[in-house]
Amino acid sequence: MTIRRAGEHALLVETGSPAVAHRLDALLRADRPAHVEEIVPGQETVLVVAPDADQERLESRLAGLLASAAAAGPREDEAGAAAGTVEIPVVYDGEDLESVAALTGLGADDVIALHAGSEFVVGWLGFAPGFAYLLGLDPRLHVPRLDAPRTSVPPGSVAIAGPYSAVYPSASPGGWRLLGRTDLRVWDVAADPPAKLPPGTRVRFVP
Amino acid sequence: MIEIVAPGPYATVQDLGRPGYAHLGVPRSGAADAPSLRLANRLVGNPESAAGIELTFGGAVLRFGVNAWIALAGAPCPVEAGRRPAGMCAPVWVPQGGTVNVGAPREGLRTYVAVRGGIAVEPVLGSRSTDSLSGLGPPVLRAGTVLPVGDAGPQAAIRVDSAVQGPFSPGPSVRVVLGPRADWFAPDAADTLRAGPYEVATETNRVGVRLRGAALERAREGEIPSEGMPLGAVQVPPDGRPIVFLADHPTTGGYPVIGVVAARDVPLVAQLRPGDRLWFRPVPGRGVRT
Repeated sequence: MTIRRAGEHALLVETGSPAVAHRLDALLRADRPAHVEEIVPGQETVLVVAPDADQERLESRLAGLLASAAAAGPREDEAGAAAGTVEIPVVYDGEDLESVAALTGLGADDVIALHAGSEFVVGWLGFAPGFAYLLGLDPRLHVPRLDAPRTSVPPGSVAIAGPYSAVYPSASPGGWRLLGRTDLRVWDVAADPPAKLPPGTRVRFVP
Repeated sequence: MIEIVAPGPYATVQDLGRPGYAHLGVPRSGAADAPSLRLANRLVGNPESAAGIELTFGGAVLRFGVNAWIALAGAPCPVEAGRRPAGMCAPVWVPQGGTVNVGAPREGLRTYVAVRGGIAVEPVLGSRSTDSLSGLGPPVLRAGTVLPVGDAGPQAAIRVDSAVQGPFSPGPSVRVVLGPRADWFAPDAADTLRAGPYEVATETNRVGVRLRGAALERAREGEIPSEGMPLGAVQVPPDGRPIVFLADHPTTGGYPVIGVVAARDVPLVAQLRPGDRLWFRPVPGRGVRT
Protein backbone atom coordinates (compact mmCIF):
# COMPACT_ATOMS: atom_id res chain seq x y z
CA MET A 1 0.00 0.00 0.00
CA THR A 2 1.44 3.30 -1.13
CA ILE A 3 0.47 6.97 -1.17
CA ARG A 4 1.44 8.67 -4.41
CA ARG A 5 1.52 12.32 -5.39
CA ALA A 6 -1.01 13.13 -8.09
CA GLY A 7 0.11 16.66 -8.88
CA GLU A 8 0.45 19.53 -6.44
CA HIS A 9 -3.05 19.23 -5.05
CA ALA A 10 -3.94 15.56 -4.82
CA LEU A 11 -2.75 12.30 -3.33
CA LEU A 12 -3.56 8.86 -4.68
CA VAL A 13 -3.81 6.22 -1.95
CA GLU A 14 -3.33 2.64 -3.08
CA THR A 15 -5.43 0.39 -0.90
CA GLY A 16 -4.81 -3.03 -2.43
CA SER A 17 -8.52 -3.92 -2.43
CA PRO A 18 -11.95 -2.36 -2.98
CA ALA A 19 -12.93 -3.11 0.63
CA VAL A 20 -10.03 -1.14 2.09
CA ALA A 21 -10.75 1.68 -0.40
CA HIS A 22 -14.36 1.81 0.79
CA ARG A 23 -13.36 1.76 4.43
CA LEU A 24 -10.85 4.58 3.88
CA ASP A 25 -13.52 6.51 1.95
CA ALA A 26 -15.93 6.08 4.87
CA LEU A 27 -13.29 7.16 7.42
CA LEU A 28 -12.46 10.27 5.38
CA ARG A 29 -16.11 11.23 4.99
CA ALA A 30 -16.85 10.69 8.69
CA ASP A 31 -13.97 12.95 9.74
CA ARG A 32 -12.97 14.97 6.69
CA PRO A 33 -9.49 16.50 6.92
CA ALA A 34 -9.34 20.26 6.39
CA HIS A 35 -9.47 21.56 2.80
CA VAL A 36 -10.38 18.21 1.22
CA GLU A 37 -12.49 18.92 -1.87
CA GLU A 38 -12.88 15.49 -3.42
CA ILE A 39 -12.60 11.92 -2.15
CA VAL A 40 -12.73 9.64 -5.19
CA PRO A 41 -12.59 5.88 -4.70
CA GLY A 42 -11.28 3.82 -7.60
CA GLN A 43 -11.12 0.05 -7.79
CA GLU A 44 -8.16 -0.23 -5.41
CA THR A 45 -7.38 3.41 -4.74
CA VAL A 46 -8.75 6.59 -3.21
CA LEU A 47 -7.86 9.93 -4.81
CA VAL A 48 -7.92 12.79 -2.31
CA VAL A 49 -8.00 16.27 -3.84
CA ALA A 50 -7.17 19.12 -1.47
CA PRO A 51 -5.77 22.22 -3.24
CA ASP A 52 -5.37 24.31 -0.10
CA ALA A 53 -4.03 21.60 2.20
CA ASP A 54 -0.45 21.07 3.31
CA GLN A 55 0.21 17.95 1.23
CA GLU A 56 2.82 16.49 3.59
CA ARG A 57 0.55 16.82 6.59
CA LEU A 58 -2.36 15.36 4.62
CA GLU A 59 -0.13 12.50 3.53
CA SER A 60 0.72 11.53 7.10
CA ARG A 61 -2.95 11.80 8.10
CA LEU A 62 -3.89 9.53 5.19
CA ALA A 63 -1.19 7.05 6.15
CA GLY A 64 -2.74 6.73 9.60
CA LEU A 65 -6.25 6.31 8.24
CA LEU A 66 -5.04 3.80 5.67
CA ALA A 67 -3.48 1.72 8.44
CA SER A 68 -6.80 1.71 10.33
CA ALA A 69 -8.73 0.85 7.16
CA ALA A 70 -6.34 -1.97 6.31
CA ALA A 71 -6.27 -3.39 9.84
CA ALA A 72 -9.83 -4.63 9.43
CA GLY A 73 -8.73 -6.84 6.53
CA PRO A 74 -10.11 -7.08 3.03
CA ARG A 75 -13.68 -7.99 4.06
CA GLU A 76 -16.43 -5.87 2.58
CA ASP A 77 -18.93 -6.25 5.44
CA GLU A 78 -18.34 -3.10 7.47
CA ALA A 79 -17.83 -0.81 4.51
CA GLY A 80 -21.02 -2.16 3.00
CA ALA A 81 -22.85 -1.62 6.25
CA ALA A 82 -21.73 2.02 6.30
CA ALA A 83 -22.96 2.71 2.78
CA GLY A 84 -26.12 0.60 3.10
CA THR A 85 -27.81 -2.02 0.96
CA VAL A 86 -30.03 -1.33 -2.03
CA GLU A 87 -32.39 -3.85 -3.62
CA ILE A 88 -33.01 -3.21 -7.29
CA PRO A 89 -36.17 -4.71 -8.81
CA VAL A 90 -35.47 -5.98 -12.32
CA VAL A 91 -37.55 -7.12 -15.24
CA TYR A 92 -35.19 -9.52 -17.01
CA ASP A 93 -36.19 -8.98 -20.63
CA GLY A 94 -32.97 -7.43 -21.97
CA GLU A 95 -32.07 -7.51 -25.64
CA ASP A 96 -28.80 -9.31 -24.95
CA LEU A 97 -30.11 -12.04 -22.66
CA GLU A 98 -29.95 -14.58 -25.47
CA SER A 99 -26.46 -13.56 -26.63
CA VAL A 100 -25.17 -13.77 -23.05
CA ALA A 101 -26.74 -17.22 -22.76
CA ALA A 102 -25.05 -18.25 -26.01
CA LEU A 103 -21.65 -16.82 -24.96
CA THR A 104 -21.74 -18.53 -21.59
CA GLY A 105 -23.30 -21.78 -22.68
CA LEU A 106 -26.03 -21.27 -20.10
CA GLY A 107 -29.78 -21.02 -20.49
CA ALA A 108 -31.42 -17.58 -20.19
CA ASP A 109 -32.99 -18.69 -16.90
CA ASP A 110 -29.57 -19.63 -15.53
CA VAL A 111 -28.17 -16.22 -16.58
CA ILE A 112 -30.99 -14.52 -14.67
CA ALA A 113 -30.55 -16.77 -11.64
CA LEU A 114 -26.79 -16.16 -11.50
CA HIS A 115 -27.17 -12.38 -11.89
CA ALA A 116 -29.93 -12.14 -9.30
CA GLY A 117 -27.97 -14.50 -7.04
CA SER A 118 -24.77 -12.43 -7.09
CA GLU A 119 -23.90 -10.23 -4.10
CA PHE A 120 -22.71 -6.95 -5.58
CA VAL A 121 -20.89 -4.02 -4.06
CA VAL A 122 -20.41 -0.65 -5.75
CA GLY A 123 -16.70 -0.39 -6.52
CA TRP A 124 -16.56 3.14 -7.89
CA LEU A 125 -18.44 5.49 -10.20
CA GLY A 126 -17.40 6.82 -13.57
CA PHE A 127 -18.35 6.95 -17.25
CA ALA A 128 -21.40 9.09 -16.42
CA PRO A 129 -22.89 10.74 -13.32
CA GLY A 130 -24.37 7.99 -11.15
CA PHE A 131 -22.87 5.14 -13.20
CA ALA A 132 -21.76 2.62 -10.56
CA TYR A 133 -19.38 -0.21 -11.40
CA LEU A 134 -20.77 -3.19 -9.47
CA LEU A 135 -18.25 -5.79 -8.35
CA GLY A 136 -19.19 -9.37 -7.53
CA LEU A 137 -20.61 -10.70 -10.80
CA ASP A 138 -20.55 -14.49 -10.94
CA PRO A 139 -17.47 -15.44 -13.03
CA ARG A 140 -19.65 -17.60 -15.28
CA LEU A 141 -21.28 -14.37 -16.52
CA HIS A 142 -18.08 -12.57 -17.50
CA VAL A 143 -18.66 -11.71 -21.16
CA PRO A 144 -17.00 -9.17 -23.47
CA ARG A 145 -18.62 -5.86 -24.40
CA LEU A 146 -20.53 -5.57 -27.65
CA ASP A 147 -18.32 -5.20 -30.72
CA ALA A 148 -20.33 -2.14 -31.73
CA PRO A 149 -21.73 -0.07 -28.86
CA ARG A 150 -25.35 1.06 -29.02
CA THR A 151 -25.75 4.76 -29.74
CA SER A 152 -28.38 5.05 -27.02
CA VAL A 153 -29.12 2.84 -24.05
CA PRO A 154 -32.26 3.76 -22.07
CA PRO A 155 -31.92 4.80 -18.41
CA GLY A 156 -32.60 1.96 -15.99
CA SER A 157 -31.03 -0.65 -18.25
CA VAL A 158 -29.38 -3.41 -16.22
CA ALA A 159 -26.25 -4.59 -17.98
CA ILE A 160 -23.05 -6.59 -17.66
CA ALA A 161 -19.57 -6.42 -19.23
CA GLY A 162 -16.38 -8.18 -18.17
CA PRO A 163 -16.44 -8.66 -14.38
CA TYR A 164 -18.93 -5.82 -13.82
CA SER A 165 -22.63 -5.13 -13.75
CA ALA A 166 -24.29 -1.70 -13.82
CA VAL A 167 -27.56 0.19 -14.06
CA TYR A 168 -27.48 2.93 -16.71
CA PRO A 169 -28.32 6.13 -14.80
CA SER A 170 -29.36 8.15 -17.84
CA ALA A 171 -29.68 7.68 -21.58
CA SER A 172 -26.22 7.31 -23.08
CA PRO A 173 -24.28 5.35 -25.66
CA GLY A 174 -23.16 2.01 -24.26
CA GLY A 175 -21.41 -1.21 -25.13
CA TRP A 176 -22.52 -3.35 -22.20
CA ARG A 177 -24.87 -6.31 -22.67
CA LEU A 178 -28.42 -5.61 -21.54
CA LEU A 179 -30.04 -8.20 -19.26
CA GLY A 180 -33.09 -6.24 -18.16
CA ARG A 181 -34.43 -2.96 -16.80
CA THR A 182 -35.46 -1.37 -13.53
CA ASP A 183 -37.81 1.46 -12.62
CA LEU A 184 -35.57 2.42 -9.72
CA ARG A 185 -33.93 5.77 -10.46
CA VAL A 186 -30.26 5.47 -9.57
CA TRP A 187 -29.54 9.09 -10.59
CA ASP A 188 -31.65 12.16 -9.86
CA VAL A 189 -30.08 15.64 -9.78
CA ALA A 190 -32.96 16.86 -7.61
CA ALA A 191 -32.27 14.26 -4.91
CA ASP A 192 -29.70 14.58 -2.14
CA PRO A 193 -27.45 12.74 -2.68
CA PRO A 194 -28.16 12.56 -6.43
CA ALA A 195 -26.72 9.05 -6.78
CA LYS A 196 -28.46 6.10 -5.15
CA LEU A 197 -25.39 3.86 -5.42
CA PRO A 198 -22.32 5.54 -3.88
CA PRO A 199 -19.09 3.54 -3.52
CA GLY A 200 -19.35 0.73 -0.98
CA THR A 201 -23.11 0.24 -1.33
CA ARG A 202 -24.18 -3.38 -1.40
CA VAL A 203 -26.59 -4.22 -4.18
CA ARG A 204 -28.91 -7.11 -4.91
CA PHE A 205 -31.03 -7.49 -8.01
CA VAL A 206 -34.52 -8.83 -7.38
CA PRO A 207 -36.40 -10.44 -10.31
CA MET B 1 -31.69 39.13 -20.23
CA ILE B 2 -29.12 38.51 -22.93
CA GLU B 3 -30.05 37.09 -26.31
CA ILE B 4 -27.40 35.06 -28.08
CA VAL B 5 -27.64 36.35 -31.65
CA ALA B 6 -24.61 34.27 -32.63
CA PRO B 7 -22.64 32.04 -30.24
CA GLY B 8 -19.47 31.75 -32.34
CA PRO B 9 -17.93 28.31 -32.88
CA TYR B 10 -18.78 27.03 -29.36
CA ALA B 11 -20.06 28.86 -26.31
CA THR B 12 -21.35 27.77 -22.92
CA VAL B 13 -22.31 29.20 -19.56
CA GLN B 14 -19.58 28.57 -16.98
CA ASP B 15 -18.93 29.35 -13.34
CA LEU B 16 -16.36 27.65 -11.12
CA GLY B 17 -18.01 24.25 -11.51
CA ARG B 18 -19.51 21.66 -9.18
CA PRO B 19 -16.76 20.30 -6.91
CA GLY B 20 -17.57 17.64 -4.34
CA TYR B 21 -19.37 15.12 -6.55
CA ALA B 22 -16.46 13.38 -8.29
CA HIS B 23 -17.08 10.18 -6.28
CA LEU B 24 -20.54 10.05 -7.89
CA GLY B 25 -19.08 10.33 -11.39
CA VAL B 26 -19.78 14.06 -11.77
CA PRO B 27 -16.96 16.03 -13.43
CA ARG B 28 -16.03 19.31 -11.79
CA SER B 29 -16.59 21.30 -15.01
CA GLY B 30 -16.47 25.11 -14.68
CA ALA B 31 -14.44 27.65 -16.67
CA ALA B 32 -11.57 25.96 -18.49
CA ASP B 33 -9.42 29.04 -17.79
CA ALA B 34 -10.78 29.85 -14.34
CA PRO B 35 -8.46 32.81 -13.59
CA SER B 36 -9.81 34.64 -16.65
CA LEU B 37 -13.44 34.15 -15.57
CA ARG B 38 -12.53 35.28 -12.05
CA LEU B 39 -10.86 38.41 -13.43
CA ALA B 40 -13.84 39.26 -15.66
CA ASN B 41 -16.15 38.87 -12.66
CA ARG B 42 -14.01 41.07 -10.42
CA LEU B 43 -14.03 43.81 -13.03
CA VAL B 44 -17.82 44.11 -12.82
CA GLY B 45 -17.93 43.74 -9.04
CA ASN B 46 -19.26 40.18 -9.11
CA PRO B 47 -18.24 37.39 -6.79
CA GLU B 48 -15.52 35.49 -8.66
CA SER B 49 -17.77 32.46 -8.73
CA ALA B 50 -20.55 34.14 -10.74
CA ALA B 51 -21.55 32.48 -14.00
CA GLY B 52 -20.39 34.06 -17.25
CA ILE B 53 -20.16 33.04 -20.89
CA GLU B 54 -17.18 31.06 -22.15
CA LEU B 55 -16.56 31.73 -25.83
CA THR B 56 -14.37 29.41 -27.88
CA PHE B 57 -12.55 31.28 -30.63
CA GLY B 58 -14.71 34.38 -30.09
CA GLY B 59 -17.09 35.24 -32.88
CA ALA B 60 -20.17 35.97 -30.78
CA VAL B 61 -22.95 38.53 -31.04
CA LEU B 62 -24.92 39.28 -27.86
CA ARG B 63 -27.99 41.52 -27.62
CA PHE B 64 -28.79 42.99 -24.23
CA GLY B 65 -32.40 43.32 -23.10
CA VAL B 66 -31.26 45.15 -19.97
CA ASN B 67 -28.76 47.82 -19.04
CA ALA B 68 -25.60 45.99 -18.15
CA TRP B 69 -22.02 46.30 -17.05
CA ILE B 70 -19.93 43.67 -18.74
CA ALA B 71 -16.24 42.77 -18.89
CA LEU B 72 -14.30 40.40 -21.12
CA ALA B 73 -11.13 38.58 -20.12
CA GLY B 74 -9.14 35.67 -21.45
CA ALA B 75 -8.16 35.32 -25.11
CA PRO B 76 -8.05 38.94 -26.37
CA CYS B 77 -10.64 39.68 -29.05
CA PRO B 78 -11.70 42.85 -30.82
CA VAL B 79 -14.90 43.97 -29.06
CA GLU B 80 -17.59 46.40 -30.12
CA ALA B 81 -20.31 47.51 -27.75
CA GLY B 82 -23.05 49.41 -29.58
CA ARG B 83 -20.76 49.91 -32.62
CA ARG B 84 -18.08 51.50 -30.47
CA PRO B 85 -14.77 49.79 -29.91
CA ALA B 86 -14.45 48.50 -26.38
CA GLY B 87 -11.51 47.02 -24.56
CA MET B 88 -10.71 43.69 -23.01
CA CYS B 89 -10.26 43.53 -19.25
CA ALA B 90 -12.30 46.64 -18.55
CA PRO B 91 -15.84 47.30 -17.38
CA VAL B 92 -18.01 48.25 -20.39
CA TRP B 93 -21.45 49.83 -20.14
CA VAL B 94 -24.04 48.33 -22.48
CA PRO B 95 -27.38 50.14 -22.61
CA GLN B 96 -30.62 48.21 -22.90
CA GLY B 97 -31.06 47.15 -26.51
CA GLY B 98 -27.34 47.35 -27.17
CA THR B 99 -25.41 44.72 -29.06
CA VAL B 100 -21.94 43.43 -28.27
CA ASN B 101 -19.85 42.00 -31.10
CA VAL B 102 -16.86 39.85 -30.25
CA GLY B 103 -14.39 39.08 -33.05
CA ALA B 104 -11.87 36.26 -33.30
CA PRO B 105 -9.09 36.27 -30.70
CA ARG B 106 -5.64 37.49 -31.73
CA GLU B 107 -4.14 34.83 -29.47
CA GLY B 108 -5.47 32.21 -27.10
CA LEU B 109 -8.70 30.26 -27.45
CA ARG B 110 -11.24 31.02 -24.73
CA THR B 111 -12.73 34.41 -23.86
CA TYR B 112 -14.98 35.06 -20.87
CA VAL B 113 -17.86 37.51 -20.80
CA ALA B 114 -18.93 38.50 -17.29
CA VAL B 115 -22.05 40.54 -16.68
CA ARG B 116 -22.75 42.37 -13.44
CA GLY B 117 -25.24 40.23 -11.54
CA GLY B 118 -24.07 37.05 -13.26
CA ILE B 119 -25.85 34.74 -15.70
CA ALA B 120 -28.79 33.44 -13.71
CA VAL B 121 -29.73 30.15 -15.36
CA GLU B 122 -31.00 27.48 -12.95
CA PRO B 123 -28.10 25.80 -11.12
CA VAL B 124 -27.70 22.01 -11.24
CA LEU B 125 -25.90 20.45 -8.26
CA GLY B 126 -24.85 23.92 -7.16
CA SER B 127 -23.40 25.09 -10.47
CA ARG B 128 -24.57 26.82 -13.65
CA SER B 129 -21.78 25.30 -15.72
CA THR B 130 -22.44 23.30 -18.86
CA ASP B 131 -20.60 20.02 -18.50
CA SER B 132 -19.83 18.93 -22.05
CA LEU B 133 -18.99 15.38 -20.95
CA SER B 134 -22.05 14.51 -18.88
CA GLY B 135 -24.59 17.00 -20.23
CA LEU B 136 -25.30 18.48 -16.78
CA GLY B 137 -26.14 22.16 -16.65
CA PRO B 138 -27.63 24.44 -19.30
CA PRO B 139 -27.48 23.47 -22.97
CA VAL B 140 -24.67 24.68 -25.22
CA LEU B 141 -25.53 28.20 -26.42
CA ARG B 142 -27.20 28.54 -29.81
CA ALA B 143 -28.49 31.46 -31.85
CA GLY B 144 -31.70 32.48 -30.11
CA THR B 145 -30.78 31.26 -26.62
CA VAL B 146 -31.93 33.77 -24.01
CA LEU B 147 -29.97 34.00 -20.77
CA PRO B 148 -31.37 35.66 -17.63
CA VAL B 149 -29.15 38.14 -15.80
CA GLY B 150 -29.10 38.07 -12.00
CA ASP B 151 -29.84 40.97 -9.71
CA ALA B 152 -26.61 42.68 -8.71
CA GLY B 153 -28.27 43.73 -5.44
CA PRO B 154 -25.91 45.12 -2.82
CA GLN B 155 -22.79 43.58 -4.34
CA ALA B 156 -19.45 45.35 -4.63
CA ALA B 157 -19.14 48.60 -6.57
CA ILE B 158 -17.15 48.67 -9.79
CA ARG B 159 -13.86 50.24 -8.73
CA VAL B 160 -11.36 49.36 -11.42
CA ASP B 161 -11.08 50.91 -14.89
CA SER B 162 -8.98 48.22 -16.49
CA ALA B 163 -6.73 45.31 -15.68
CA VAL B 164 -3.70 43.78 -17.30
CA GLN B 165 -3.42 40.11 -18.12
CA GLY B 166 -0.38 38.24 -19.32
CA PRO B 167 0.19 37.26 -22.95
CA PHE B 168 -1.26 34.00 -24.23
CA SER B 169 1.76 32.19 -25.54
CA PRO B 170 1.23 29.84 -28.47
CA GLY B 171 4.21 27.83 -27.20
CA PRO B 172 4.21 27.84 -23.40
CA SER B 173 6.42 25.89 -21.07
CA VAL B 174 4.17 23.81 -18.83
CA ARG B 175 5.29 22.30 -15.54
CA VAL B 176 4.30 18.69 -14.94
CA VAL B 177 4.59 17.00 -11.57
CA LEU B 178 5.61 13.43 -12.38
CA GLY B 179 3.37 10.67 -11.06
CA PRO B 180 1.22 9.02 -9.88
CA ARG B 181 1.96 6.38 -12.54
CA ALA B 182 5.30 7.51 -13.97
CA ASP B 183 6.58 4.02 -13.09
CA TRP B 184 4.34 2.55 -15.79
CA PHE B 185 6.55 4.19 -18.41
CA ALA B 186 10.00 3.47 -19.79
CA PRO B 187 12.82 5.13 -17.80
CA ASP B 188 13.44 7.65 -20.59
CA ALA B 189 9.77 8.67 -20.92
CA ALA B 190 10.28 11.79 -18.76
CA ASP B 191 13.12 12.82 -21.09
CA THR B 192 10.89 12.23 -24.11
CA LEU B 193 8.22 14.37 -22.49
CA ARG B 194 10.75 17.10 -21.73
CA ALA B 195 12.31 17.07 -25.21
CA GLY B 196 9.02 17.96 -26.92
CA PRO B 197 7.48 19.95 -28.36
CA TYR B 198 3.96 18.57 -28.45
CA GLU B 199 1.39 19.99 -30.83
CA VAL B 200 -2.27 20.47 -29.97
CA ALA B 201 -4.45 18.22 -32.12
CA THR B 202 -7.79 19.25 -33.57
CA GLU B 203 -9.70 16.77 -31.35
CA THR B 204 -9.39 19.14 -28.43
CA ASN B 205 -12.24 20.34 -26.25
CA ARG B 206 -13.25 21.09 -22.67
CA VAL B 207 -12.61 17.47 -21.68
CA GLY B 208 -8.99 17.45 -22.71
CA VAL B 209 -6.23 18.60 -25.01
CA ARG B 210 -4.96 15.86 -27.28
CA LEU B 211 -1.32 16.17 -28.22
CA ARG B 212 0.75 15.01 -31.15
CA GLY B 213 4.44 14.37 -30.72
CA ALA B 214 6.87 11.74 -29.56
CA ALA B 215 5.04 8.71 -28.16
CA LEU B 216 5.70 7.92 -24.51
CA GLU B 217 6.85 4.35 -24.26
CA ARG B 218 5.33 2.13 -21.62
CA ALA B 219 7.26 -0.18 -19.32
CA ARG B 220 4.07 -2.12 -18.49
CA GLU B 221 1.22 -3.16 -20.72
CA GLY B 222 -2.47 -3.24 -19.91
CA GLU B 223 -4.78 -0.91 -18.06
CA ILE B 224 -4.70 0.27 -14.49
CA PRO B 225 -7.75 -0.66 -12.40
CA SER B 226 -9.91 2.46 -12.73
CA GLU B 227 -8.71 5.26 -10.47
CA GLY B 228 -9.59 8.87 -9.76
CA MET B 229 -8.25 11.48 -12.17
CA PRO B 230 -7.21 14.99 -11.08
CA LEU B 231 -7.50 18.17 -13.16
CA GLY B 232 -4.44 18.56 -15.39
CA ALA B 233 -3.71 14.82 -15.45
CA VAL B 234 -1.50 13.85 -18.40
CA GLN B 235 -3.13 10.59 -19.32
CA VAL B 236 -1.45 8.34 -21.83
CA PRO B 237 -3.59 5.99 -23.94
CA PRO B 238 -2.04 2.96 -25.66
CA ASP B 239 -0.87 5.00 -28.68
CA GLY B 240 1.53 6.86 -26.35
CA ARG B 241 0.23 10.35 -27.25
CA PRO B 242 -0.60 12.29 -24.09
CA ILE B 243 -3.94 13.93 -23.31
CA VAL B 244 -4.09 16.77 -20.76
CA PHE B 245 -7.36 16.72 -18.82
CA LEU B 246 -9.29 19.98 -18.57
CA ALA B 247 -12.42 21.00 -16.62
CA ASP B 248 -14.89 18.42 -18.01
CA HIS B 249 -12.52 15.45 -17.66
CA PRO B 250 -13.92 12.07 -16.58
CA THR B 251 -13.68 11.45 -12.84
CA THR B 252 -12.09 8.00 -13.15
CA GLY B 253 -10.06 6.27 -15.84
CA GLY B 254 -7.85 3.30 -16.58
CA TYR B 255 -4.99 4.75 -18.64
CA PRO B 256 -1.86 5.56 -16.65
CA VAL B 257 -1.16 9.19 -15.71
CA ILE B 258 2.52 10.02 -16.18
CA GLY B 259 2.19 13.39 -14.51
CA VAL B 260 -0.15 16.21 -13.56
CA VAL B 261 0.15 19.73 -14.94
CA ALA B 262 0.88 22.28 -12.21
CA ALA B 263 -2.33 24.04 -11.18
CA ARG B 264 -1.14 27.45 -12.32
CA ASP B 265 -0.29 26.11 -15.76
CA VAL B 266 -3.61 24.37 -16.47
CA PRO B 267 -5.16 27.66 -17.73
CA LEU B 268 -2.24 28.07 -20.16
CA VAL B 269 -3.07 24.67 -21.62
CA ALA B 270 -6.77 25.57 -21.76
CA GLN B 271 -5.89 28.57 -23.93
CA LEU B 272 -3.98 26.57 -26.57
CA ARG B 273 -5.46 26.30 -30.05
CA PRO B 274 -5.18 23.32 -32.35
CA GLY B 275 -1.76 23.64 -34.01
CA ASP B 276 -0.18 25.47 -31.04
CA ARG B 277 2.77 23.78 -29.38
CA LEU B 278 3.79 23.30 -25.81
CA TRP B 279 6.90 22.23 -23.96
CA PHE B 280 6.57 20.12 -20.83
CA ARG B 281 8.89 20.77 -17.93
CA PRO B 282 8.74 17.65 -15.74
CA VAL B 283 9.45 18.25 -12.08
CA PRO B 284 9.80 15.53 -9.45
CA GLY B 285 6.73 14.48 -7.50
CA ARG B 286 7.70 16.38 -4.34
CA GLY B 287 5.82 19.59 -4.92
CA VAL B 288 6.18 22.64 -7.09
CA ARG B 289 7.23 26.07 -5.96
CA THR B 290 5.31 28.89 -7.55
